[in-house]
Amino acid sequence: MAKDPQTQDELITVKNLHKKYTRGSEIIEVLNDVNLNIHKGDFVAFMGPSGSGKTTLLNLLGGLDLPTSGSILVEGEDIAVMSGKRLTAWRARHVGFIFQLYNLIPVMTAFQNVELPLLLTRLSKENRRRHVETALAIVGLADRMDHYPRQLSGGQEQRVAIARAIVADPTFLLCDEPTGDLDRKSANEILDLLTRLVAEHGKTVLMVTHDPLAAKRAGTRFYLEKGVLTDNSPGEEE
Amino acid sequence: MKYLPLLLVNLSRKKIRTILTIGSFAIALFLFGLLGVIDSAFYQGVDVAGVDRLIVRNKTSLIMPLPIAYKQRLLQLDAVKDVTFASWFGGVYQEPKNFFPQFAVDVDTYRTMYPEFTVADDQWEAFVNDRQGCIVGRKTLERFGWKIGDRIPIQASIYRGVWDFTIRGVYDARRDADDTTQFWFQYAYLNERTPFQKDFVGWYTVRITNPDKAPETVNAIDERFANSSFETTTETEKAFMAGFVKQFGNIKLIILSVGSIVLFTLLLVTGSNMSLSVRERTNEIAILKTIGFGPEKILALVLLESTVYAVLGGAMGLGLCELFTLSGDPTNGLLPVFYLSGETIAMGCGITVLVGLVSGLIPALIAMRLNIVDAMRRV
Amino acid sequence: MAIPLIYNIRSIKERFSSTLVALFSIAGVVAVFVAMLAMAKGFEKTLVASGSPENAIILRGGANSEMESSIELEQARIIGDAPGVARDPDGHPLMSWEVVVVASLPLRSTGTDANVQIRGVSKEALAVRDSVKLIEGRFFNPGLAELVIGKHARDAYAGFDLGNVITIGGRQWTIVGIFDAGGNTFDSEVWCDAQVLNQAFKRPENLFQSVTVRLDSPESLPRLKEAISTDPRLTVSAKSEIAYYADQSIMITTLINVLGFMVASVMGIGAVFGALNTMYSAISARNREIATLRAIGFSGSAVVVSFVMESLLIALLGGLLGALLILPIHGYTASTINWQTFSHMSFAFSITADILVKGLLFALFMGFFGGLFPAIRAARRPIAPALRGL
Repeated sequence: MAKDPQTQDELITVKNLHKKYTRGSEIIEVLNDVNLNIHKGDFVAFMGPSGSGKTTLLNLLGGLDLPTSGSILVEGEDIAVMSGKRLTAWRARHVGFIFQLYNLIPVMTAFQNVELPLLLTRLSKENRRRHVETALAIVGLADRMDHYPRQLSGGQEQRVAIARAIVADPTFLLCDEPTGDLDRKSANEILDLLTRLVAEHGKTVLMVTHDPLAAKRAGTRFYLEKGVLTDNSPGEEE
Repeated sequence: MKYLPLLLVNLSRKKIRTILTIGSFAIALFLFGLLGVIDSAFYQGVDVAGVDRLIVRNKTSLIMPLPIAYKQRLLQLDAVKDVTFASWFGGVYQEPKNFFPQFAVDVDTYRTMYPEFTVADDQWEAFVNDRQGCIVGRKTLERFGWKIGDRIPIQASIYRGVWDFTIRGVYDARRDADDTTQFWFQYAYLNERTPFQKDFVGWYTVRITNPDKAPETVNAIDERFANSSFETTTETEKAFMAGFVKQFGNIKLIILSVGSIVLFTLLLVTGSNMSLSVRERTNEIAILKTIGFGPEKILALVLLESTVYAVLGGAMGLGLCELFTLSGDPTNGLLPVFYLSGETIAMGCGITVLVGLVSGLIPALIAMRLNIVDAMRRV
Repeated sequence: MAIPLIYNIRSIKERFSSTLVALFSIAGVVAVFVAMLAMAKGFEKTLVASGSPENAIILRGGANSEMESSIELEQARIIGDAPGVARDPDGHPLMSWEVVVVASLPLRSTGTDANVQIRGVSKEALAVRDSVKLIEGRFFNPGLAELVIGKHARDAYAGFDLGNVITIGGRQWTIVGIFDAGGNTFDSEVWCDAQVLNQAFKRPENLFQSVTVRLDSPESLPRLKEAISTDPRLTVSAKSEIAYYADQSIMITTLINVLGFMVASVMGIGAVFGALNTMYSAISARNREIATLRAIGFSGSAVVVSFVMESLLIALLGGLLGALLILPIHGYTASTINWQTFSHMSFAFSITADILVKGLLFALFMGFFGGLFPAIRAARRPIAPALRGL
């Protein structure tokens, strides 16, 4: 793999990334010397068996955890050396999360859920309202603004989650098994939506998934096995 | 017990919740003990009242005196074995908040009337031989750091002037409930120095030959002095003391109310903890059932667990309360005694076990009835 | 940026049954706390209300209370002529020489004896004491064995009805009047002619314990004190009536406060446990939500503040509940023995605004500690596993 400094449309550059856990006297290497580049507008899928480290990689890229060593450059900033408040603030600005379990706040309406990331900005109430309405329109749920999560289907909940992820216009989206809990039909709707976000709105999407059909939608596929990253699936030629 | 490892695992599972549950028990039982201590303090006089003693006072009120001549007249009654008398002095040592009860007593008869108080013979002898001598209870002696031989000045309130006394001895008592705060000096000295009404005493204490005949003896005494210038009211020592406490108001009611609120809250906390705990372990309980643990065993396990929390917490709470009483009376002398009685401890233990069982009962029943299939389905 | 409060409010509503533990624990503590404070305040109020800023009480020099004091009639007359003492339209000094004794009489409620305070007074007593108003019957006639009784005494003792005859100290006394003193100690007393009382209790007829005077103005007290202390014929000292009664209440108020404080503190710790309980289980159940908020970008401190606020909200509700539950005891008349006068005294529980505020502050205090540690824990938990529901 080429290890150049970030070029113009390189968004994320990962260099010599290691993540180790110590369990008693044992050292477990979850990620072993991972290197990769992600460009603006990429739709990337990370695949691999359980315990391969793909979720850990996602957490590191999203600033939810810190590596043992190595660097993660996002638009020129190395988040591997950020911590605490600075990392939290960075996360708010740059990342939109989409989870397998949707993770909507049950006691808040769809509107209020989508509005949450905007509360961390200085936007006025009016501005926030407009952003939320736009986001919900993009995911096709403008008419369900005042519904609570328990009044929505799984697919609808995930769409609200996606609206929440894009509402503050983050640098990239991180999806952890976005279709994991959905039936085939809803899963396809979600994947269609993600594809549209990339194609029509120029979003960058990083996705961890088990689902081969989901992976097929991605433009780039990486495989992780025992903490080592390749862009070959086992037994496949590039 | 073979189930002990299973039990211990459950206890260490959610450490915080375990600590909170045990802690709640500890606090509640500490409070329970405290209420018992307060109760014992108020009812002290009633608790230690002699069964064969009567108190004879002026009918009009306790602050009115009785003639000293009544002593002989009381001894003349068949039902009366011994007679002694005392007067309240009510002086101030340095400042009013240093309060302790002071009595002028009849040195010839006081000691035998109150066998629960013990004084070394040579000390009593020294007291009898010194008109200005005094005997001090152990608690008061220690409170002020006095020693035998010290000269104690007391500012008289009811009487006049400063009265000096020399400590000739100290009295102790066997039971926790006995009052060792009293200060005794010679009635002869009081009578000598009093500016008004000589040859009068505050009240008489009478020992009767037959406690079962107390009511008749009470009447006999009061009849003897009826229609005289100084009529009497006689009652058993217990009744006399109880009358005092009653004047404080319905102390028992207050204590009971506070106690109930505490118990109710305790049940809430522990009951909810047990419910939560059981609900979280639905899976395991189902597995235990598939292995072959019968419903009674499950019931027993849950109840045992809740009782263990209770016992650990209760022991801690009562233990801490006992330690607290050992550190001394926080009101600094307003209470005659400050101790944790055996009855309080016994009741505390009973309540502990009871609450432990009750708080575990409903969760235990739920666990017992758990349908295995439903349980396994619940993730 | 703060997590919106509506999140906490709705979460409380949603899981209301689990907040009940904290709610009731705190409510119970606040109720007991307010009751204790109300008892002490009621007692104090009753005593202090017995004193008027317009009156001064004169006792023998060195005496701390009426019972320890003695003043002869001659001295009383000299005091009456001192500067600063108010006079009635006829020029007579407004003063009352008084004696207090205690008599043992049966209570209506239990039939057992309690000590009632009997105050022998002069015929000017009502004029000197503004707070006391005759509500039934008439004042006693000087020289006769007649009684006027306070309304609480009337309620407390057997046979204390207008027109009845009572035996005290071997004499028969007729109840000729009932007075209302506005709830202070006098309401628990029985008044009669001081000299008649002295005879009945075998005291020298012209020896009293205290003299209470009406000052011509509250500022006259220093003048009166000066005149009295420099007069060689007198061995007495003057004190503001209010100060006198305030001192009388010290012992029992201290007792109530110490015992009440002990009980309330221990209960308070228990309530904090209850709150901790509620908050820890709330946070446990909402682990994923909290992690999500943090993933979105809300800081750890925002999470701490949010959960402390939630605990405070619950505590406030509990405090209000407790205060509401105990409110009915306001005005409830209880009675106890005043150690310093050795007599039975009625007082009314008094819940004042500042007591309620204290109760609510105590609730918030408990809520704060009940929420702090769980909140910090919530903010410190690893985000990533929580997001996946682990």
